[in-house]
Amino acid sequence: MGVKRWLDAWPVFRQLTGTDPLGRGKAAQSARSAGLGSRTESADRVAGSVCPYCAVGCAQRVFVKDEKVVQIEGDPASPISRGRLCPKGSASKQLVTGPQREQRVLYRPPYGTAWQELDLDTAMDMVADRVLDARRKGWQDTDEDGKVLRRTMGLASLGGATLDNEENYLIKKLFTALGALQIENQARI
Amino acid sequence: MGSNMAEAHPVGFQWVMEAKARGAKVFHIDPRFTRTSAHADQHVTIRAGTDIAFLGGVINHILTHDLDFREYVTAYTNAPYLLSERYQDTEDLDGLFSGYDPYTAAYDASSWSYASVPMEEQPGRLLKEVSAPYQHGAGGPFIEGAAGGIESDPTLEHPRCVFQVLKRHFSRYTPEMVERICGVPQELFQEVCRAWTENSGRERTTALVYSVGWTQHSVGAQFIRAGSIVQLLLGNIGRPGGGIFALRGHASIQGSTDVPTLFNLLPGYLPMPDVTHEDLTTYLDGVRGRGQKGFWGAADAYMVSLLKEYWGDAATAENDYCFDYLPRINGDHGTYRTVMDMVDGGKVFGYFLLGQNPAVGSAHGRLQRLGMANLDWLVVRDLAMIESATFWKDAPEIETGEIVTERCRTEVFFFPAASHVEKAGTFTQTQRMLQWRDKAVEPSGDQRSELWFFHQLGVRLKERLAGSADERDRPLLDLAWDYETEGDEPSPSDVLRHINGIDLRTGRTVDGYLDLKADGSTVCGCWIYSGVYANETNQSRRRTSRFETGPYDAEWGWTWPLNRRVLYNRASADPQGRPWSERKKLVWWDAEAGEWTGRDTPDFEKHKPPDYKAPAGASGIEALDGDDAFIMMRDGKGWLFAPAGLADGPLPTHYEPHESPMRNLLYGQQGNPVRKVYGRPDNPSNPAPPEAHSEVFPYVFTAARLTEHHTAGAMSRQLPYLAELQPELFVEVSPELAAERGLRHLDWAHVVTSRTAVDARVVVTDRMAPLRVDGRVVHQVWMPYHWGPTGLTKGDVVNDLIGVVADPNVFIQESKVLTCDVRPGRRPRGPALLEYVADYRRRAGITTETGTRIATAGGHIERAHIEPDRPEEPS
Repeated sequence: MGVKRWLDAWPVFRQLTGTDPLGRGKAAQSARSAGLGSRTESADRVAGSVCPYCAVGCAQRVFVKDEKVVQIEGDPASPISRGRLCPKGSASKQLVTGPQREQRVLYRPPYGTAWQELDLDTAMDMVADRVLDARRKGWQDTDEDGKVLRRTMGLASLGGATLDNEENYLIKKLFTALGALQIENQARI
Repeated sequence: MGSNMAEAHPVGFQWVMEAKARGAKVFHIDPRFTRTSAHADQHVTIRAGTDIAFLGGVINHILTHDLDFREYVTAYTNAPYLLSERYQDTEDLDGLFSGYDPYTAAYDASSWSYASVPMEEQPGRLLKEVSAPYQHGAGGPFIEGAAGGIESDPTLEHPRCVFQVLKRHFSRYTPEMVERICGVPQELFQEVCRAWTENSGRERTTALVYSVGWTQHSVGAQFIRAGSIVQLLLGNIGRPGGGIFALRGHASIQGSTDVPTLFNLLPGYLPMPDVTHEDLTTYLDGVRGRGQKGFWGAADAYMVSLLKEYWGDAATAENDYCFDYLPRINGDHGTYRTVMDMVDGGKVFGYFLLGQNPAVGSAHGRLQRLGMANLDWLVVRDLAMIESATFWKDAPEIETGEIVTERCRTEVFFFPAASHVEKAGTFTQTQRMLQWRDKAVEPSGDQRSELWFFHQLGVRLKERLAGSADERDRPLLDLAWDYETEGDEPSPSDVLRHINGIDLRTGRTVDGYLDLKADGSTVCGCWIYSGVYANETNQSRRRTSRFETGPYDAEWGWTWPLNRRVLYNRASADPQGRPWSERKKLVWWDAEAGEWTGRDTPDFEKHKPPDYKAPAGASGIEALDGDDAFIMMRDGKGWLFAPAGLADGPLPTHYEPHESPMRNLLYGQQGNPVRKVYGRPDNPSNPAPPEAHSEVFPYVFTAARLTEHHTAGAMSRQLPYLAELQPELFVEVSPELAAERGLRHLDWAHVVTSRTAVDARVVVTDRMAPLRVDGRVVHQVWMPYHWGPTGLTKGDVVNDLIGVVADPNVFIQESKVLTCDVRPGRRPRGPALLEYVADYRRRAGITTETGTRIATAGGHIERAHIEPDRPEEPS
């Protein structure tokens, strides 16, 4: 190691001779911190997204590395949000990557005292059977005056307002074809 | 008003601050001093639930001092139209309009019509749900002959013209009355009136912002009507810098209304058919009307294209495009009605919760949980475990013994959901802008999108019913369910293409709703979204940076309809098509080019000149004159007076909230005479005058959001950052109330209603100022409502305090104002809690009938509206 390099590795020397006399920037950097980069720089790709909390519609940039979300930030290009996110929007990486996210289908049988795991495919079949059963039990062909109702009051749905338009569209379409009417949303609350 | 924008929509609030920096004055009118108030030029403390009294005072101020924008009002509103001689006002009937039937607590609205267009009387025993305006979608009921010319007085002096009726209706809403009802000092009220009127007119415009602080009331729709009247009188609608902004609370709550998952609507605000609609023609007659003006005239194209999207090749002209396949509504099938049917048993067997946590987030959480505990099965789909999935083991009713796990029969399925970054699709934000999200990563484990779930469910149901000869299964078997796929789920882009609309002759997407046909040659899932996939391009995915576009940022996302940013912007020009002023120009008529042009997409037929007069006998779009700026309305005008369409009156009227410490000072009629009450033992009301014992619950209660949590908490209480920022439930009280009740800052207190009691930490703060109202002091208390028994931060469910009583137009609950008591220390636990609340009910004399004798005008208190609703014939 030459004298110059030896001296340059000494923070006090860099502080006295460099552009950082207060020693709060480059002068204080170690080899390790000098080598650190932001997660946004090393991401494999960035997806354009929108914050899922309130209805302002702040644009988000979702940074992905090794097929994992590594950071979510506001998008400065947005004419709506100009890059800003509120505390909730800023916490949305925790929302999508946190340990609270459930991974498996869970099932609680009637009168049961604990959750059981259930295979997704089996669960879908069970739900399909139950939908037809509830539909049948609540079916109404006509009202008391003989007017056509052609509906079931046996099943109901309540959706949150973070569903996509495309999802809401299929939900309404399928339930309507089943004759189910009580299809509701946070929008009425 | 009714909005805490700085805390509930913080990033949107930057634009209010920008406007303020450029000289705009900001007023915040709200019961509580918040960060919005802190940034405003002036905060006005108002008693919760009295906004119509305040706005009525503003209307009275405008009309008394001739401060309306007269040219705008004469040209673009229904101010000159004459009303029927049969119309009687609340001034004549002690707070009721003509046509009220105290027996059904519903109006026959036929006397509210224009003089030249008599409507058929509808007397008798119609239940209010049957006569409710939802039958008519967003267009409202039709006005016979509206396109043929309506008798009017352009001088606005005829005693029966809308302008004079409006003047008389609000004549007693004086500054003195505003002070007595709202608790707003007269000088402060007049300062608001001065600022609002001085900042409106040719050269200036004023914007009005509201949120659920306006909608969650038994008179919620009329709050918004009152704001609309002020804005129409001042010429603030359809103009830049003007308008009424509904700040919606969830990422796609606007989308959930446009592409509705609501019982009474089909996509694009087409009404769900009811039992009176025997075929497509009767249905369309109800939507279009006969001799009506406006763009609902093309409802046949919107509806047939929707039916074609639903049922594809099976839908033909011969079979009415499968109109018969649609189920029919015949009453209130809203979420609260449904939950009560669950509690009663034997009616509802299965329930889906899709990203929704009603055990915490809906009013009267106990009712919600007892309903869920009485089902055959429940499907919950969410990102994380929520209280609505675990009620069978940790509901508050477990502690009180009302739910016993081993005796709770409900079978529960929990499906983990994909998050917003694990699926692609659109949200529609609060200003109607659709913004596409790309999928960033794949969901893991069993996590799936709603798109996957419902597509799969549909596929499995079709398999099970294949070969069925039962006629009731045809709608499902014929359902077009063959969207392009990406992996094992439907492609969201392809679903959006179908929502946009496709021309079946070319197979290409249509450019907008003007291209839709009623002959079955186009499909379109939601006509107002038509154009979002124009030119086979996903317009909602556009992200041209704000640094590269103009002030209207027309290439970021896509705003319905047809990428217009300001609705009814024809009104930004005068009747001759010239901007009202250079300063406020937005769209105008270019005579040389023969078209409307400007900075925004004109909200008018492009080539219809301002002096165009529709020929006699025209209807629909053709019947719109060149100065009919309100192109969706039946008569082309902005409605100061609503001759039809509202269940509770043609003009907003101050009624006290369902639970109030005060008598109505303006009328004998205490509360909204048409409000929807559900008189049931499990849904008690606190008494309000003229009933006795309102003093048992002496304080006004209101609830709202915090910045750091989101609604029922499923998306925030589980996150370490957010749970740390707002770690505990609290109740805000004034120093005066703290002294009155012996409450100490940061100690425990509990809030009590006739439903339950909840614990919270006390925050003693000047933010909750006591009000001097009609010579007495009224205290208001405030709570955030995000907590429940699970998560990193836990607390009692504030919505358990709230009973169910609803606006009769939209069936939204009154959760922004009720009455309560506050006591120091913690509430009793377990069964003792039930006894404690029962004791309050005894002291207040509460029975099932309390609060349900809703007609009180003229000193006659009519029958109680209790369930089961089997009214005896009046003698």
